[in-house]
Formats: sequence, C-alpha cells, structure tokens
Amino acid sequence: MDAFIDQFFNLDVMIKYLPDVIGGFWITLALALSVIATGLILGLLLACLRAFQWRVINLGIVLFVDLFRALPPLVLLIIGYFGLPYAGLALSGFTISWLCLSFVLAAFAEEIFWAGITSVQKGQWEASRSTGLSFGETLIYVVIPQALRMTIPPLTNRTIAITKNTALASVVAVQEMLTVAQTSLAYAANTSPLTLAAIGYLLVFFPLVILSRWVETRFAWKR
Amino acid sequence: MDWEVIRFSFFNLDSIAQVYPLLLKGWWMTIKLCVAVVPLGFALGAMIATVHSFKIRWVNWLLIALVDFFRSIPPLVLLIYTVYGLPLLGFDVPAFGAVLVAFTINSAAYYGEIVRAGIESIPAGQLEAARSTGLGRWQAMMHVVLPQAVRNVAPDLTSNTLELIKATSIASVVALPELLRMGRVAQGLVYNATPLIAVAVIYLLMLWPLVRLLSRLERRVLAAR
Repeated sequence: MDAFIDQFFNLDVMIKYLPDVIGGFWITLALALSVIATGLILGLLLACLRAFQWRVINLGIVLFVDLFRALPPLVLLIIGYFGLPYAGLALSGFTISWLCLSFVLAAFAEEIFWAGITSVQKGQWEASRSTGLSFGETLIYVVIPQALRMTIPPLTNRTIAITKNTALASVVAVQEMLTVAQTSLAYAANTSPLTLAAIGYLLVFFPLVILSRWVETRFAWKR
Repeated sequence: MDWEVIRFSFFNLDSIAQVYPLLLKGWWMTIKLCVAVVPLGFALGAMIATVHSFKIRWVNWLLIALVDFFRSIPPLVLLIYTVYGLPLLGFDVPAFGAVLVAFTINSAAYYGEIVRAGIESIPAGQLEAARSTGLGRWQAMMHVVLPQAVRNVAPDLTSNTLELIKATSIASVVALPELLRMGRVAQGLVYNATPLIAVAVIYLLMLWPLVRLLSRLERRVLAAR
C-alpha cells in the first residue's frame, strides 16, 4: 500500500511539478474551448446548409461527415502533423490539433443538428412559410430554435467525448497537460505527476459529465 | 502546388509495395485488440447496468460515481496509467494486457450507460412477469430484459463500438504494434507520408460501412418517433 501511495500520490513529487502541470492545464483549456466553439459553429452551419437540399453540396457534406466520423482522431492528427510537411505545409501541433478535433466535432454535430432539423414537424415549416417568411427565415427563426432544444442531450455527450481528445495533442508535441505530466513522470520516475493531470481532467470534465446527466433528464428527446 | 511531389509523398505505390507486410501485421493486431476489447467492455458494461437495475441505493451511487469518473478521464491518460503505472507497482503485465485493461474499463463506462438506458426503456412488467415464472434476478435479466433492452439501444451500441474501434489507435502511443503504430514505423522507413495515408484508407475501409449503417439506424429511430 505504501508503495502504491508513494508511486501514485507522492506529495513531494506532486508539489514539485504542480506549476508545470498547471501551465499545461491552461493550454488544454484553451485548446478545448477553441475546439468546442469552432466545431459546434461549423457543425450548425453545415446542418443549415444541408437544409437547402442542394444536391452537390449535400453530397460534399455527407462525405465530410462520414470521413471525420470514420477516421480515428489520432490518425488525423498524425497525418496533419507528420504527413502535411511532405507537401510543404508545416503547421504547429496546436493548430493541427485544433483543426482536426474541430472538424471531428463539426462532423458529429452536423449529424445531430441535422437529425434535430428533420425531426421538426412539417406543419411548422408550412405554417411559417404561409405567414410570408422565406425559407431561410423559417429555418433560423422557427425550425432551428425547436431543433436545438432536442439536440442538447446528445450534443453535450458528444462534445465531452471529443473534447477529451485534446489529450491526444500530446502526441504532436503540444505542451498541454498530459505532455507536461509525461515529461515530469519521466524525470521523477514516479507516476504522481500523471495523477495531477488526471485531477486536472476531472476538474474540467467531471462537472460537465454531471451537467450532461442533468441535461439528459431536462431536455429529453421527446416532444 | 507541385502534383508530382504530392503523388510521390502521399500516393507512392512503390512505398506501399515495400511496407505492406508491416501494415498488414499492424492491421491484424488492431483486429485482435478489437475482438478482445469489444466483448470485454460490453460484458462489463452490461454487468454494471444489471447491478444498477437492482436499485440498491448505495451501490448505485458508487456505480454512477465510477462511471462518471471514467467518462471524465481521457482514454490516453488511463492507458498511460496502466502501461507505465502497473509495472512500477510490480505487476508484470505485457503491453497488450495493460492496453486491454485500460480500454475495457473505459468502454465499460460507456456501454454501461447505454445498456442502463436500454433496461430503463423496458416496462417493469416484463421483469415482474419473468420473476413470477420462477426465474431468479440474474436469470430474468439475462433471458428476458437484457435481450429487449439491447435491441432498443442498438444504434447507440453500434455507435459506441465504432468509437471504441477508433480509440484503439491510441494504443500506438504506448508502442503497441497496431495499425497506426506500424504506419509510423513504415513512414520512418520510406521517408514519405504514403504509409499514413494507407493507414487512413484501411480504417476507412473497415469503418465506413459501419458509419453508413449507423446513419441509417439513426434515421430509422428518428422516423419511428
């Protein structure tokens, strides 16, 4: 038991590496927030675009969604970071992580928003159009507000799951929390810095997971 | 943009010819990992959901806390814990075993949540009727409630399985020689990105049908509402 505590909850080691891990924490947070903002907005835009039913554009959207749903995020990160430079395009690990994870979130969000839009009854469209609103106005003022409410529970869960992938940025040399923790782990030959990082992730995501449970009962998928 | 460079660096057939045995080996390891971890994670998740349905208050509090805990931790963090932490504690586990432990725990939390929702969608009368025929708690669960519950949440289970298969690529970080890892090794041999593109293509071939199936299932659920 002592060995366990010494290995995973060593206070001296933790105190020594705490400032480093906190530095990484802010980068993790910045990456997570940028991914959430970009991914959700892009997903909503794509879903709205899809509502216009232009065939070629729809095909493009479906391909985009399928591609980013089928490929593991880490594969995307690795291709972006280690592959793109061969084409003369060398972006920073942070930029690559932000872009890749945003696209993944956008793909999943588009599917969910689109499901929400199609689940709004046809009568809503017809009634709204008959009052003289245009297609775009109907979409924005009538359909989207109703659709959004229904999409909140699945969207919350998906957003948490994808945002957790910011930990993958450690693979492409971003100095986020897990990278710092792993470096410290190697220096200290002790797992305690990793425990610090785990606590950091818990601080961010545990409240979100609890929130998602509340949201699930509050905005359940029913009419 | 120079198309010749693009072709040489990303779609180089000579490179593929050189490294395809490596990629096949990696693909086989990914398959083995999935075949092991999907049933394990699902079984543990179904067990969690079943125990949860017994409605023992303190047990449920504990289960929910555990599930939420593991939903809050990125799988990569868990993986590094089991791979580097277990040996430091004196457990002599091979990398494959450590990876298996991490993914089983992580996916069980998600499978558990889904199966729990499935069980809650089955009217209580089903369980009562099954119990009244003399079946025990576990028997009634196994033979009557769970089969119906699983059918009700089939799209979510499929979706989670897809996510789990994708997540196994994370094992490349701890040097397990699965598909992505072998792609990186191959990239180091041929000095171009073709093996990485090949890895992506292999994942697409494996998972795209699943994504399409999922889109159809999800639409059907929506249509039924």
